[in-house]
Amino acid sequence: MTVAFTVNGAVQSVDAPESATLLEVLRNHLGLRGTRYGCGLEQCGCCMVLVDGETSYACTREVGTVAGRAVTTIEGLGTVEAPHPLQRAFLDEQAGQCGYCLSGILISAKALLDRTPDPSRAEVIAALDKHLCRCGAHQRIIRAVERAAATLRGSAA
Amino acid sequence: MNAPTLPPSLIENPRLDRWIRFEADRTVRIATGKVEIGQGVVTALGQIAADELDLPLDKVAVLSGDTTAGPDELYTSSSLSIQVSGSSVRLVCAEVRAKALDRAALRLNCNPADLTVVDGVFHQNGAPTGQDYWSVAAEIDLTQNVTGSAALKPASRYKIVGHSTPRRDLPAKVSGAAYVHDTLPAGVLHARTLRQPSRGAVLASLDESAIKRAAKGDVQIVREANFVAFVSPVESVAHAAAVAAQQHAVWKNAKRIAPEEQEAAWLKGQPADDRRLGAPEPTTPPKRLVQVTVSRPYVAHASMAPSCALAEYRDGHLTVHSHGQGMHLLRKNIAAAVKMPVEAITAKHLHGAGCYGHNGADDAALDAALIALKLPGKTIRLMWRREEEFGFEPVGPAMLVTLHVDLDDKGRPADWTTEIWSATHVQRPGSNSGFLLATEAFAEPPPELEPNDPAEARGGGGTRNAVPIYDVPAHRILHHLVLKPPVRTSALRGLGALPNVYAIETMLDELAARAGEDPLAYRLSILSEPRGRRLLELVAERANWTARGPAGTGKGMGLAVARYKNSAAYAAVVAEVTVQETVTVDRVWCVADAGLVINPDGARNQLEGGIVQAISWTLKEQVKLGEHGIVSLDWDSYPILRFSEVPEIHAELVDGAGHPALGVGECSVGPTAAAVGNAVAHALGVRINDMPLTRERIMAALLKS
Ligand code: FES
Ligand code: FES
Repeated sequence: MTVAFTVNGAVQSVDAPESATLLEVLRNHLGLRGTRYGCGLEQCGCCMVLVDGETSYACTREVGTVAGRAVTTIEGLGTVEAPHPLQRAFLDEQAGQCGYCLSGILISAKALLDRTPDPSRAEVIAALDKHLCRCGAHQRIIRAVERAAATLRGSAA
Repeated sequence: MNAPTLPPSLIENPRLDRWIRFEADRTVRIATGKVEIGQGVVTALGQIAADELDLPLDKVAVLSGDTTAGPDELYTSSSLSIQVSGSSVRLVCAEVRAKALDRAALRLNCNPADLTVVDGVFHQNGAPTGQDYWSVAAEIDLTQNVTGSAALKPASRYKIVGHSTPRRDLPAKVSGAAYVHDTLPAGVLHARTLRQPSRGAVLASLDESAIKRAAKGDVQIVREANFVAFVSPVESVAHAAAVAAQQHAVWKNAKRIAPEEQEAAWLKGQPADDRRLGAPEPTTPPKRLVQVTVSRPYVAHASMAPSCALAEYRDGHLTVHSHGQGMHLLRKNIAAAVKMPVEAITAKHLHGAGCYGHNGADDAALDAALIALKLPGKTIRLMWRREEEFGFEPVGPAMLVTLHVDLDDKGRPADWTTEIWSATHVQRPGSNSGFLLATEAFAEPPPELEPNDPAEARGGGGTRNAVPIYDVPAHRILHHLVLKPPVRTSALRGLGALPNVYAIETMLDELAARAGEDPLAYRLSILSEPRGRRLLELVAERANWTARGPAGTGKGMGLAVARYKNSAAYAAVVAEVTVQETVTVDRVWCVADAGLVINPDGARNQLEGGIVQAISWTLKEQVKLGEHGIVSLDWDSYPILRFSEVPEIHAELVDGAGHPALGVGECSVGPTAAAVGNAVAHALGVRINDMPLTRERIMAALLKS
């Protein structure tokens, strides 16, 4: 079947079985490989994307359920040349080691800051708690999200 | 003249052109056999090269882990990359710089000593001469061997080394860029495997048609004796086939594991290779003997990504892309497994998720190669399933450590025996220590090996950090290398350092309590090693140790110090905890001495990572075993430390310039675990000596007290 939805602002229509996961469609049909497989079980957060602005595990989400909706992936945030303030802040804090967890974490951070521009530390932690990071970069990641929040507030003012 | 002693990497790879090349675009390419595993090594080596050549950092590119173009430096392990690869790169660059200046001096008809290098351009009397590295590059003979005779830049003149430099690979990694997992050439075929449950298990039947039905798509089944793989152009189809195959395979002769084998206590009394190291047995019976036993169960690397590899067999040549820790060794090991000449194989490193030691990366590379050899001309992308990664990666061995310490009349250790029970800490493929996993599924598996732990000269395995840093008149190690553990064990960050440091520092707190002294004061009274002393004093000051409250209030503070491998970087740690039903680590202070630090912020990042991982192992982690193997196969059954559980961390490196550079990836692990253990004991007023320090163990300890 054909499923049509928006990815990072562009309309895509994909020929895939309805039960295919959004993760597989993003990675293997659309070539957007920044969204990662970690467990396939909604336990690690590596695959996190936004669907109409809400965080969603792409590893279990059937592509049929995003028909007509807007999906945002890490590639929709920014690029190496033009990073999003969140990506910039992660680089400023050197928040990451292997980096495998970061795509999903950046997505959850974006969802948080879109809704809560001035989050408390507890709110940052709560927003990220569904994500695992085996390298132990947590504190840097928390600081980076707070730094990005400050930058975004500054530019919004 | 005596030849200078070269680092092992240069002895093995002496030709200059194995390490350095001047590129047409006015950059320099440095090659290293060490690979980026999230530790920032590529950035640090670039810093070393740029400084030694007097080049800006952005003129140095680093090629890592390439069997065609780069040096063979064995595995990226044991925090040795900066020590070994770093000093090799430094020597090579100094020598090439001297050769370049010689050539330029000839052209300019001056003395090489009159020339200086500014951003790669050669200056005389403060002005550019028109000559630079690239103008003379063609005249420098890089086919020569390194001699190690060029003068190195003194540390006082470093401009790039010693300054925090952003990691070069990170911009791509925050923007969704490629790991080996993401490399999908056109026409790629996806593959998954069905794993042999254990060595010796025989696949008696496999219902291929049922598997194909369940896969709901085009799937090919590739088989080599007891190795089975499912290959499809559609990833989810290959995956579904492998999942379904569990139900449609009948194995005979699979190993059975008894429930008690899961615990470290089981190790005692098992057949073992026993040896004594250090002081001879005491001749007189102990007078004031204190004994402490601690244990750590099997723990996992638990990488965030399942292992993955690409392989392609075309025109008689096999090309493999892997996130393993040593590409030259991987190439040799695959060659031996598939009986091909080494020259017919290329192995290249691509990034993966952090591995923290020997995980499934190399095994996945052989899996991919086996499939590629059966399907010539196709690129195979093989990925392990999540449950396969947890179930079949080698795990960090369980350890049981008993300390027998006899005290003098001042309550100080007079005689100390460390008794260790552990399976081997290294079954890396090759070098007579282990195999690539799939070879055990072959019709003729390689003969079983006698376990051999890393030699003491390399820091030991189970015995790593078994020797206390303190002044102990007589110390010996009784090492029981357990021969047949229930699961495959291999290198995990720090090897035996975590359980051994935990045991030593538990004992120190115990001895301080018996002497009625403060743990810090007691330690300082028997620690003459100056670098360790300095760190202990400093970390105590940072954590405001003197304000530590009484024991048994539910709030606790603990302290620990060690020198990794007794020969590498030092770390001292204070942990502050709150214990109710579970342990919360609130704050951690760590000061480390790693000698000359190449990239301070990168080194702090490593210290912090070690701290978080050590807390996770200490509080939460245990590989669970069932009848046929590992049963903790997902993140619910193998929980790790989360954002809401991570402490505030203050990590700091003292100025160690004047001492050689030492890797920092592993030094914080042992002291952190021990500091947490001591803090929990302080909070509770009773000790828990078995890791992980779970709710059940805390409740049991409280009931007993
Ligand atoms: S891959 Fe989706 S949560 Fe782990
Ligand atoms: S940076 Fe490696 S898992 Fe988070």
